[in-house]
Amino acid sequence: MRYAMAIDTKKCVGCSDCVVACQTENNVPIGHCRDWIVEITDGTYPELEIEIRSERCNHCENSPCVRCCPTGASHYEDGGIVVVTPNKCIGCGACITSCPYDARYPHPDGYVDKCTFCMHRVKKGQQPACVSVCPTKCMYFGDLDDANSEVSQILKKRKYKTLIPEAGTKPHVFYLI
Amino acid sequence: MSKTRRDFIKISSLSAAGIFAGAKYLQSAIPGNATKLGEIGNLNLNRTPTYCEVCFWKCAGWVHKNEDGTIKKITGNDDDPNCNGRLCPRGTGGIGMYYDEDRLKTPLMRVTGKDGKQTYREASWDEALDFIAKRMKEIKEKHGAECTALLTHGSGGHYFGSLIKAFGSGNVAAPSYAQCRGPREVAFLATFGEGLNSPEPTDIRDTRCLVLIGSHLGENMHNGQVQEMSDAIDKGATIITVDPRFSTVASKSKFWLPIKPATDIALLLSWMHEIINNGWYDKKYIEKYAYGFEELKDYIQPFTPEWAYGITTIKPDQIRETAREMANAAPAVIIHPGRHVTWYGDDTQRVRAMAILNALLGSWGRRGGFYIPDITSVPKYPHPHFPEPARDWRDAMGGKYKLADLALASGVCDATIPTPDLDCHIKAWIVNGTNLIMTLPDQRKTLDAINSLELMVVIDTMPAEITGYADVVLPECTYLERWDDLRILQGRFPTISLRMPAAQPKYNSKPGYWIAKELAKKMGLGEYFAWNTFEEKLDWELKQVNSSLEEMKKIGVKKLTREYDDIYFNDGEDIEFNTNTGKIELYSTALEEEGFDPMPRYTPHQEPPEGFYHLNYGRAPMHTFSRTTNNPNLADLMDENVVWVNPKVAKEWGLENGQEVYLENQDGIISDFKIKVRVTERIRFDSVYMIHGFGHTNKKLTRTYGKGASDSQLITRVLTDPIMGGTGMRGNFVTFRFEKESEAQS
Amino acid sequence: MREEIITSGRMNPHIDPHLAIWHWHIPLYLFLGGLAAGIMFFASLYTILGKENKFRGAVKRAPIIVPFLLIIGLTALFFDLKHKLYFWQLYTIIRIQSPMSWGAWTLMAITPLSMVWVAINIKEFFPKWDWKFFILKELDKFFTKYRVYLAWVILYFSVILGIYTGILFSAFNARPLWNTSILGPLFLTSGLSAAAAVIILFSKRQKERINFAKIDIMLIGIELFLIIHMFMGFLASTQVQIEAAQLFLGGPYTAPFWIFVVIIGMILPAILEFLELRKFHIPAIIPVILVLFGSLMLRFIISYAGQLSRWLY
Ligand SMILES: Nc1nc2c(c(=O)[nH]1)N[C@H]1C(S)=C(S)[C@@H](COP(=O)(O)OP(=O)(O)OC[C@H]3O[C@@H](n4cnc5c(=O)[nH]c(N)nc54)[C@H](O)[C@@H]3O)O[C@H]1N2
Ligand SMILES: Nc1nc2c(c(=O)[nH]1)N[C@H]1C(S)=C(S)[C@@H](COP(=O)(O)OP(=O)(O)OC[C@H]3O[C@@H](n4cnc5c(=O)[nH]c(N)nc54)[C@H](O)[C@@H]3O)O[C@H]1N2
Ligand code: SF4
Ligand code: SF4
Ligand code: SF4
Ligand code: SF4
Ligand code: SF4
Ligand SMILES: [Mo]
Repeated sequence: MRYAMAIDTKKCVGCSDCVVACQTENNVPIGHCRDWIVEITDGTYPELEIEIRSERCNHCENSPCVRCCPTGASHYEDGGIVVVTPNKCIGCGACITSCPYDARYPHPDGYVDKCTFCMHRVKKGQQPACVSVCPTKCMYFGDLDDANSEVSQILKKRKYKTLIPEAGTKPHVFYLI
Repeated sequence: MSKTRRDFIKISSLSAAGIFAGAKYLQSAIPGNATKLGEIGNLNLNRTPTYCEVCFWKCAGWVHKNEDGTIKKITGNDDDPNCNGRLCPRGTGGIGMYYDEDRLKTPLMRVTGKDGKQTYREASWDEALDFIAKRMKEIKEKHGAECTALLTHGSGGHYFGSLIKAFGSGNVAAPSYAQCRGPREVAFLATFGEGLNSPEPTDIRDTRCLVLIGSHLGENMHNGQVQEMSDAIDKGATIITVDPRFSTVASKSKFWLPIKPATDIALLLSWMHEIINNGWYDKKYIEKYAYGFEELKDYIQPFTPEWAYGITTIKPDQIRETAREMANAAPAVIIHPGRHVTWYGDDTQRVRAMAILNALLGSWGRRGGFYIPDITSVPKYPHPHFPEPARDWRDAMGGKYKLADLALASGVCDATIPTPDLDCHIKAWIVNGTNLIMTLPDQRKTLDAINSLELMVVIDTMPAEITGYADVVLPECTYLERWDDLRILQGRFPTISLRMPAAQPKYNSKPGYWIAKELAKKMGLGEYFAWNTFEEKLDWELKQVNSSLEEMKKIGVKKLTREYDDIYFNDGEDIEFNTNTGKIELYSTALEEEGFDPMPRYTPHQEPPEGFYHLNYGRAPMHTFSRTTNNPNLADLMDENVVWVNPKVAKEWGLENGQEVYLENQDGIISDFKIKVRVTERIRFDSVYMIHGFGHTNKKLTRTYGKGASDSQLITRVLTDPIMGGTGMRGNFVTFRFEKESEAQS
Repeated sequence: MREEIITSGRMNPHIDPHLAIWHWHIPLYLFLGGLAAGIMFFASLYTILGKENKFRGAVKRAPIIVPFLLIIGLTALFFDLKHKLYFWQLYTIIRIQSPMSWGAWTLMAITPLSMVWVAINIKEFFPKWDWKFFILKELDKFFTKYRVYLAWVILYFSVILGIYTGILFSAFNARPLWNTSILGPLFLTSGLSAAAAVIILFSKRQKERINFAKIDIMLIGIELFLIIHMFMGFLASTQVQIEAAQLFLGGPYTAPFWIFVVIIGMILPAILEFLELRKFHIPAIIPVILVLFGSLMLRFIISYAGQLSRWLY
């Protein structure tokens, strides 16, 4: 099992619903976030293009954050989900520095926090909170090893990219372009 | 007549607890400890139905609570056609309305101290309502009951509407008409004999071509439409966006027409020119249903794409190509009517042009165009007839705006300001759920009106600016803490949905229905609110449509059966339209009767003077007007607005990204606060753009006070639509100011 | 024009608008660790070489400060932790791929060893020292007897510690500025150079001082060579690394880096030490302080600038 997310930049309107939904679902404290929206505008008026991306931890297959964690707090769960166990985490910040995507942040309670792919929901067979609220239905979540899953299907159909492939992290969040 | 000088009061006597709001919020807004993995309980076990009140799309949803009844999150109801189980960011973040520590906490009454200074003192509900009842009685005796008005937006309108009608006034106005969709309703009524209402019956999910004139879907987060637009993108529909700004949806569009502001009618006319002259219109449809085609055909002959190019700066071949694209998709094409259409004063005519285009392409009543909506009627809990008011706001209009089908909030304002030619001026306002200071254009006029009142009661949840001018402020609890009337909306099929309290009202706040009923009792109008409990009333009403409160608590949304059997016209079906001619009026007899152009006409609008720019404004997806900017969850996403400036303009002025400036408009009004510059290619060189709803002046809104600038303050030039009285707000120009006089002197 | 913005108001503390997760603690910790490693390296090296008596400054005197350096360093590290009560979790597992992990373990080993070292050499400072308890006296005897073996162990750990303080940053390839194999040797050399300078200060013999001055000049030479190579490497690399290098070549860290680290912290002390060798009278403390200052600044600047540098995407 390899969980993955595909996000359609052609449909995302950057509304940030995924960000609030994550906040209320996961008790992410006000002033912090596990996901965020990047908007890139290129060109000169009126020859313009925008790419909008909802970003979060990429649940990298080759993740520097897991490698550099001195306590094993950062680890892989079933399906390649990268998670932090709060009471193993000493808050040294190594994983934060090691993530090329700046996907982690120090939780006010001391440990480091990040997207969990909503493991608690996924285990129950639900979609991650952000995916389940997205008004444009531009996010797809599922198992890459299952050829029939929504993600596998959409990745077969569409062109996609990952972020900073040069970093060699093998992200599991794909952007449909 | 004693004139109360209504100084703005910063609701300073609010309980001392409020002072610590900021610090305390973090604990209260995030109930319980931070998540340790896997510790989230099964919130689905403990959920209650609601429908969202963060905007007026009214999505139905669920409020989820944890074991100890703490509200944790809100999600959409899968059975609701408005949201299909997915709320928009504002709906998801609606939880912040409940947790906001700045909320109004107890009734407040204006008192004048010995030093002549006005302040508020906390009052009991009994005292506050007694005072209002007494004042209303005096006003009735002195001026007549009809010299009172209700200005309202949102669910409370039902109760306060009944109250004021029972009292004997017909003046009930909402800003969602003359400041919003009024011109559109009148234009569609004039053309198809039907208004559009809400949600608009646009069949976006099945359309093959969606044309957006301004309408910035995706930033305008009217949920169902955004969802359907996304479905349409999936199905490969063409989107054509006409907007001087590179809006989000422009970036998703196959065609973006970067039109020069205020020239849309010219573009629309030349589209008609192309569609008619090339014979691309739906001939069978027009022949069967339309009135005035030949007149229209003759009329549009001069409006070639070349003519329009000179006005709109849209290239002729782009105009041709997009006209062709629409024709190819017809009748599955939507020239979207927009919603906030009060732009330049000729708005009814602009939307008429859009309606006519839809008619030419045969999209009204067709799949992928406009469907025929259905709405159910649920019998209301019985109450005595309302008395006939002696006169109403329309009498104050001197025969103008006869085509307006709803009351004008701005009209009520006009009828309040004393002028010799009116024998009755409005003397009391009940203001419910509308922050008129930020909502109505030309704040000076709003304040004039307020200053002429003998009584102003404001019912709100937050210390919005308007509350500072009230004689009595009544704190309503939020939608998460109350029952409300059933949501009954039109749609592809009719639905009803229930809102029930998920928690007890916080502080000393009360539900709107309770406030109205208690006030009615004190005013001797108790018989209009004959139910004992609100549950009893709801249950009675639900039983009339074969449901019950018990059932609705479990399902939240109930689908009812359609009255009309089909949502589209059948091929060749005979249809009687609700117009003078019984046909779709390309040539409007109703407008002609009232002395207006029967077919839309392009008139040039003023251009910005040297060094000034069009003040363009719009929505951010995560905020609703001025009501959410203090919401902790939503302020977290965007806590201030910025002014978009084209790089060329920035260079000319030496402006840098993030630099703070004041904006000054053509009438010398300078924004209260500085606003940060965002240098971006997304805006034209002749305009600046900002999100509406920021620049709050009430310090009690601790999170949002002084953040960004207010477009409302800068909209002092109002271009009134002569047809229906809509207040065009886009005729204002601004320039940059680096400091204020007061600063320069010191 | 290209405009890249985050529109959801993201403001994670210490992450936005740019990474600032490590403040003074980590560079200080690395500096002290590097310095301690350097001192212990020289101390054990000269012991193994059997030159204890010639190089008393290096072997017996300078190490006295090492336990303090390490304890202050560890304390700094501890204060940097955001979840302090879980500190002990560091010592429940050895994670070879995590420099933080083996750094913590190395410190765990070398700190007591350095204390033992100080203990057996304490009489250098306090000739009348008496351990009072029999057991301590016996231990003293034991370690003194086997001090060469002890030196081997310490040599081993001090090299690991030195390398560790060098590669902690370069292990983070997410920060382009740190993503260079030269940072390890550079920090290692800088640690040794600082150690050499401190030894000069502790030494009482002119010959030993001259020896370490020479070593220091040589180490500084290596450092300068590494720095030049590092920048050449950056500039010959990807856009990301070119931008990282720009932080020092016209960017915000240009002046601090070239003035504080290179000129004041390397070139100037090298010249002074050179002049000293040429028998000019220079107060010994001046070049020492300059070297220490340079070495500390190097870590501070690389730490802060590294957090500013990021991948572009
Ligand atoms: N997130 C969010 N969504 C909302 C609301 C909210 O508060 N927040 N409010 C809801 C309500 S009540 C309403 S009425 C709607 C309003 O939403 P819309 O009906 O979409 O409002 P418009 O005024 O059409 O849209 C503003 C757009 O018009 C463009 N524009 C400005 N001048 C011109 C012009 O001269 N010509 C053309 N073609 N375009 C121009 C602006 O650049 C901007 O992109 O939004 C609804 N949805
Ligand atoms: N400058 C400018 N003016 C505009 C617009 C614009 O874009 N720019 N848009 C126009 C449009 S399209 C519209 S529809 C109108 C909207 O106008 P309004 O509906 O007046 O907009 P808001 O500013 O959201 O004010 C709503 C008020 O209701 C309060 N409130 C929220 N929930 C409740 C509740 O449950 N009960 C009670 N009693 N009060 C509640 C809020 O605290 C707030 O004070 O504004 C129009 N005016
Ligand atoms: S909720 Fe969906 S549309 Fe909105 S920003 Fe997130 S991914 Fe984009
Ligand atoms: S995105 Fe960052 S935090 Fe997530 S797995 Fe990859 S490296 Fe780790
Ligand atoms: S901060 Fe926590 S999760 Fe991150 S590396 Fe340190 S111990 Fe591991
Ligand atoms: S998957 Fe869950 S934790 Fe991750 S961003 Fe989405 S909602 Fe947040
Ligand atoms: S569109 Fe959003 S704010 Fe409006 S009712 Fe629906 S969820 Fe609430
Ligand atoms: Mo509106």
